[in-house]
Amino acid sequence: MAETNTGNPAEAINDSVATPDACFGKEAVTLALADHAAIKGLADLIVDAKWDRKELTLTVAPETIVAAAAAAKAAGYNFFEDMTAVDWYPSEPRFQLSYSLLSHKLKQRIRLVARIGEGQTISSITSVWPSANFYEREVFDLFGVTFTGHPRLTRIMMPDNWNGHPLRKDYPVEGYR
Amino acid sequence: MSPIVLEEPTAVEPVEETRAPYLDSETTNSTGATLAGFRAAEDLLIPGIEDVVQSSTGHHAPHGTDAVNNQTMVLNMGPQHPSTHGVLRLVIELDGETIVSLAPDIGYLHTGIEKTCEAKFYAQVTPMTDRIDYLCPMTNNTAYALAVEKLLQLEIPERAQWLRVLFNELTRLQSHLVWLGTHAMDIGALTVFLYCFREREDLLRIFEAVSGQRMMTSYIRIGGISVEPPLDIYKTIRKFLASFPSKIDEYEGLLNGNPIWQGRLKGVGLLSAEDAIALGVTGPPLRASGVDFDVRRDMPYSSYEKFQFNVPVSNGCDVWARYIVRMQEMRESVKICLQALDGLPEGRIVADAPKIILPDREQMKTQMESLIHHFKIVTEGFQVPAGEVTSSVEAPHGMMNYYVVSDGTAKPYRVHMRNPGFATLQALETMCKGRQIADVVAVIGSIDIVLGEIDR
Repeated sequence: MAETNTGNPAEAINDSVATPDACFGKEAVTLALADHAAIKGLADLIVDAKWDRKELTLTVAPETIVAAAAAAKAAGYNFFEDMTAVDWYPSEPRFQLSYSLLSHKLKQRIRLVARIGEGQTISSITSVWPSANFYEREVFDLFGVTFTGHPRLTRIMMPDNWNGHPLRKDYPVEGYR
Repeated sequence: MSPIVLEEPTAVEPVEETRAPYLDSETTNSTGATLAGFRAAEDLLIPGIEDVVQSSTGHHAPHGTDAVNNQTMVLNMGPQHPSTHGVLRLVIELDGETIVSLAPDIGYLHTGIEKTCEAKFYAQVTPMTDRIDYLCPMTNNTAYALAVEKLLQLEIPERAQWLRVLFNELTRLQSHLVWLGTHAMDIGALTVFLYCFREREDLLRIFEAVSGQRMMTSYIRIGGISVEPPLDIYKTIRKFLASFPSKIDEYEGLLNGNPIWQGRLKGVGLLSAEDAIALGVTGPPLRASGVDFDVRRDMPYSSYEKFQFNVPVSNGCDVWARYIVRMQEMRESVKICLQALDGLPEGRIVADAPKIILPDREQMKTQMESLIHHFKIVTEGFQVPAGEVTSSVEAPHGMMNYYVVSDGTAKPYRVHMRNPGFATLQALETMCKGRQIADVVAVIGSIDIVLGEIDR
């Protein structure tokens, strides 16, 4: 039939990679996780990094997001899971875009982060992963972030004539009256 | 570690029988960088409604010329169509009965759950997670609880973890029963629907007995589970599990040899492994395309690494393969449930964290300390250390992730759900293009969509 579940491959990988419990900053993470596939593959593009609760977060410059996505894909993170935004209003840059990538082979997940301010745009990664299509439309709809190069950036959840972007922190929970 | 392809029934002509499973095939090198047969990303992008209408006007013959040839029709399907399993709306461009292009329109069930979560305490979010994917409430609860527990770095007692596994698998059975029943009914086999709902009723009674609710259970909470299950429930579950495999045989007896069922499923809705990965497909449709990946086995959570089970994989890539994979998954789920019952450890059902988990009623009414904790948790919630985490579980429909961001206060700063249906819907056009309109119904049934999880 199919193989039987023996042992725990994910934990074995995590344990071999994760020496410290948490470390912050590009230098510290690069040093601690020198063997990590994502650190190797994205070395030139990382501007900040975080290893926290056994999760790797790599911050890249918003201009390089397509290059970073392609580099991550080349490093073995073949599956685009998810993309969403966090609104850190009133701090600047306001939007944190989090891309969650998975490697079927390494059985690992990484998070790519790009930070952009109000009115700034970011390139669409649909050329790397077509599955980013709906996710970018959702972020455009609910946060008002514009993705350049997206084939058809229209609202996906809210009606086309909706006023405002509901998941922004300055949008009231009850909506505008 | 090589998965073995499921045996097809003898009467079946499997599609691409000799293809090796995707992850072991030679087309993938160790980095996954060069994937042979990868289509250009643009080909896979699902169009918008405007594109479909635009494409159709482009296919209209000029006025006064041949009206029948060179002309396509735009058909609106849903949102109130029974076979769209909820409120999915499809705009389909048709050439005769052949699909030229197809665009889904979603958002009819958008309730802004992610926004609402930001205004609630962490514990108050749990009941809302039930309502996202309303066919697998326990799985939603588990995914959310795992994320918050990761932020809090809580140790969950073994008994709670095993009970989570047990109820996650029972939920999988329940969800797959709804899938099979509605899928078969869409194809025209009404009897199967009635049989599936008969067994589902037993499962809902079990859920009602443990949580007090049939569907919106909220049973799995941050730090463990809400209450100890009633003592006689294990006997009821065992009785159900003992008879359930024969019920699966019964469904298969009704369907497998049925020429209409075979004709409507086989070779329909083809989706290659490369396309499935490029389009974000997860769960049974991904495994039916030959990709051997299951979160329960490959990135285990909640003690799944201690259970012995098989991950059904098929290379059929069609609707039939998805049917076979899900039927086998039900059998595996029964095995997991039995292991969970046999090896259920003794002990606490919640973590030892009095400032996070509500004390039981007895303690609250007799001990001052517990009363204070109870009052504080209910009125102020509990503070969660700042950070961001992703939890991932294998839901019945595919991979379900919860992304929770905390700013150190008692309310989540951001909760985002990655639900399988949202991504799988993007593969709909790839599966339907060039096929007949009737196949759309079979394909929608095979990806098992729940609009609650897509629209949130």
